[in-house]
Amino acid sequence: MSMEFLVATGIGALTAVGLYLILLRRTFPVVIGLSFLSYAVNVFLFAMGRLTIDLPPIVSRSAAGYTDPLPQALVLTAIVITFGMTALIVVLSLRAFLETGTDDVALHVRRDEESCGIPRDERFR
Amino acid sequence: MKLSLVVLLPVVGALIPPLAIQAGRNVCTTVTAAITGLALVILLTEAPAVYSGGVPQTNMSWLPQLGLSVSLFADGLALFFAALILGIGLLIILYARFYLSRSDSMGRFFCYLLLFQGSMVGIVLSNNILLLVVFWELTSLTSFLLIGYWYHLPASRAGALMALVVTGAGGLALMGGMLLLGHSAGSFELTEILNRGEAIKASPLYLPALLLILLGAFTKSAQFPFHFWLPHAMAAPTPVSAYLHSATMVKAGVFLLARLWPVMSGTQEWFLIVSLTGLVTMVMAAWIALFKDDLKALLAFSTISHLGLLTMLLGFGTRMAVVAAVFHILNHATFKAALFMSAGIVDHEAGTRDIRRLGGLRHLMPITTGLAIVAAASMAGVPLLNGFLSKEMMLEEASHTIYAGQAWIFPLFATVGALLSAAYSARLIFHVFLGPQRSNYPRHPHDPSFGMWLPVAVLVIPVIAIGVVPATFAVPIELTARAVAHGTLPDFHLALWHGFTPALAMSSLALAGGLVLLWIYPSANRLRLAAPRADAMTMFMTSLAAVIWASRLALSSINGGGLPRYLSIIVGTISILALTGFLGAAPAPMAGGRAVLPATLPVVTGWLVLLLACGMIVRCHYDRLTALIVTSIVGLVVSLAFLQFSAPDLALTQISVEVVTTILLLLAINLLPRTTPDESPLRAKLGAGGLAMVAGVGVAALAYAVMTRNFEPISGYHIEQSKPGGGGTNVVNVILVDFRGYDTFGEIIVLAIAALTIFALLDSAMQGAAGRRLARVRFDPQAHDPHPLMLTVVTRILLPLSLMVGAYILLRGHNMPGGGFIAGLIVAIAFLMQYMASGYVWAHRRARFDAHVMIGGGVLIAGATGLAALLFGRPFLTSTFGYFNLPVFGEVELASAMAFDIGVFFAVVGTCLLSLATLSRVEERAEQASNQMEARNP
Repeated sequence: MSMEFLVATGIGALTAVGLYLILLRRTFPVVIGLSFLSYAVNVFLFAMGRLTIDLPPIVSRSAAGYTDPLPQALVLTAIVITFGMTALIVVLSLRAFLETGTDDVALHVRRDEESCGIPRDERFR
Repeated sequence: MKLSLVVLLPVVGALIPPLAIQAGRNVCTTVTAAITGLALVILLTEAPAVYSGGVPQTNMSWLPQLGLSVSLFADGLALFFAALILGIGLLIILYARFYLSRSDSMGRFFCYLLLFQGSMVGIVLSNNILLLVVFWELTSLTSFLLIGYWYHLPASRAGALMALVVTGAGGLALMGGMLLLGHSAGSFELTEILNRGEAIKASPLYLPALLLILLGAFTKSAQFPFHFWLPHAMAAPTPVSAYLHSATMVKAGVFLLARLWPVMSGTQEWFLIVSLTGLVTMVMAAWIALFKDDLKALLAFSTISHLGLLTMLLGFGTRMAVVAAVFHILNHATFKAALFMSAGIVDHEAGTRDIRRLGGLRHLMPITTGLAIVAAASMAGVPLLNGFLSKEMMLEEASHTIYAGQAWIFPLFATVGALLSAAYSARLIFHVFLGPQRSNYPRHPHDPSFGMWLPVAVLVIPVIAIGVVPATFAVPIELTARAVAHGTLPDFHLALWHGFTPALAMSSLALAGGLVLLWIYPSANRLRLAAPRADAMTMFMTSLAAVIWASRLALSSINGGGLPRYLSIIVGTISILALTGFLGAAPAPMAGGRAVLPATLPVVTGWLVLLLACGMIVRCHYDRLTALIVTSIVGLVVSLAFLQFSAPDLALTQISVEVVTTILLLLAINLLPRTTPDESPLRAKLGAGGLAMVAGVGVAALAYAVMTRNFEPISGYHIEQSKPGGGGTNVVNVILVDFRGYDTFGEIIVLAIAALTIFALLDSAMQGAAGRRLARVRFDPQAHDPHPLMLTVVTRILLPLSLMVGAYILLRGHNMPGGGFIAGLIVAIAFLMQYMASGYVWAHRRARFDAHVMIGGGVLIAGATGLAALLFGRPFLTSTFGYFNLPVFGEVELASAMAFDIGVFFAVVGTCLLSLATLSRVEERAEQASNQMEARNP
């Protein structure tokens, strides 16, 4: 077994679980599922710089080489943004729950019957 | 440059009237007229150059890759139309001053009018045909605003919508046509295109381009079968009708036909389609106009008829017909604008514009009557007025046009059209102004104030002047016609008397026949009523409803049924697309040639933990606390993975984000239901699971395939330049604050927005239904002591230590793992620990900072650092660094990127604190409320 295999299957497992959870009917599993998906995406992006051991991108004379720093920089901000997104979605679902009394995301929304912004009674003859 | 001013003045000046109206209606009108007048003067300074054969141009590159440039030019045609638009615009502004009542918002009206005027001038001056399309769409939008100006009236809104749908759809077709045209001509600049007529006509794209462009022109100029929107647009205030629907917007289609005449006309397709459309429109609309009782509807259909006449002339494809068309554009603009304004005066003064309730106005409003009769007589084609001359030229051209081998079609129907035109003009004169005076007008009519009839008089002057001494106007007409034809013109004389020609006979026949038709009007009307008629509005609304129904059907099958349904569709579609791509590629082994790293025991252990966690969460996610714990285990494994694979910065970030996220979710769980019901049927779970498995396997395979292949990174530059260029040895941090500083700046702004949104969502959650539900939440204490002493003491001791660690991580970030993001998270955690251990009230009372200020300040610091670079003449966010010898510390390196990182730090701390503190505040309040309720009714 190689490291690459372990990381790849790990990403796959995280993706599958994340997707399964976001396809459920309540907001909380959706939030957790998004967290899992974010882990998967972040590790995937990071892995695009290939796996290296003990070659941190810190410039020094004694370094034998460096790993690719670019995916790391991308992922670093992605992790922080993930926090912002998770926080926002949690609060959004919390507010929706408080407003409506349910955290179901599979409710059928009744379509409004107006067309082109003109209420029916005012449409011309 | 001057030309762009002509376009920009009205567009930018449109902002002024809504402000100027504060100073009164007269000031507002004066300012608007001054803007239009100035644009007209600037335009006219270009006239001598155009008249001496030059073509003034302005060029600015916009998106050269797409062939899109801001290029304007003024040849004879452009000058003619622009002068017409601005000149009549001036009169309309004066007229509107007196037409609009005190309750109408004049600032808004003039704002729309100027926007429209600018877009219209843009169309006629555009050199780039894509720019022309942009202005074309702008006129559709601004005319929508103008037609719907009285938006409290349903008819206004409906008329505006109809105009927008029809002309907007035509605009889309036009865009397609222009793209094809530009493609076949090899250029998008008109000055180039006009010289490539042969290549364009020979191109296989000619016919599709022609059809699409004609669709655009015909919808805009209300040609049959798209004529129906124009009468409904008459719901607009009369100045708008007079401006848009006589002189300008509807002429845009005719302008386009004239503009592209040299390269598109002359083919069989052009002749057959354009001339016939024009003829049908002319005759049919004239017939309908005759029987309209609404004065404005009569004029609207008459306008459609005259636009048909112009289209027909351009469709003939002969140079003489071009001269006639240009001449008639001018003549029609003068008499029709005058008539529309007269109709507005009648409506304004008599209180109705229903012809059946009018008549005999000549004694009550002599000035208006005189002006309107002259204009209407010109429309009818009475000699000594300008309408007669161009109409005779039209008849002359029609008299020798052979359509599909038939020599009689055009002469006959052109005469019929002229006859009907004479009839409705006569009806206008006899049924509105002449005839017996009535005693039951809705209002007592009298001539309006000077300002209202003056614009009409100004327009009637050329009606007579051109009619009597046409030769004096030969120069501009010839210049314009030559620009349309893009070449030499045959000899022509604008004269009153051409001898006894067929056209004279047709013209006299039309006039006499028109009078006879009016004489037998009642019986003609009965004849018309007996024939079946189509109601355009019903048909339009029915087809619109059908389109909306179809889109709803398409949408509801994809986007209905809640989140699980459409997420499944998205995930399924992506999986299928990826699978198709995967299967379609040439077969290759899964693993590439890159040397793989052997697995080690700790990593295998971490992997097993991860898989275990994944399996567990699928089984146990119903208990939300368990789900949260398992999630944080996964987060921990991920940060360890970052640490293992040479990414210390990521590991630090992940672990601190993990802490903050877990605290946040814990807080949220407290207010949400504690468990998720196991309600999805097994079938749905299996479906979701299957889809998830497919996607997971696909992602794993993709990741594995990429990771086992070699690649050439682009980051060599970043590593090389990190120290000499960015002044730091931690390449990741240097990329964040320097190389890609712009991205990071954007990202902290996103964070700030997320935090403020969270604040807004929670701050208002105390009221309304949410507030009532919050008060009912039961808090069953899970621990005996909410603030255990040990925890309180330890966190208080830890606070200064963690702050110091945070500062250290921040300062060393440029060279060692750390930086603003990580330091921000650590400091935020240190504060959050106080909230957790000592309670919200205790911690909040002692907080000497405002999270809002921190977020804003952080973004501002980062932005100011970027701007500082501008002061030194460098691009935004260029960093600089230097070495300074400070007492005590010795030599210290200071980089401006450090200030940027401090901005990031504050934004991150503020975001975390604001989100979590607001959430805990909500909880605190809810707890208080529920305790009070408990105390009241235990």
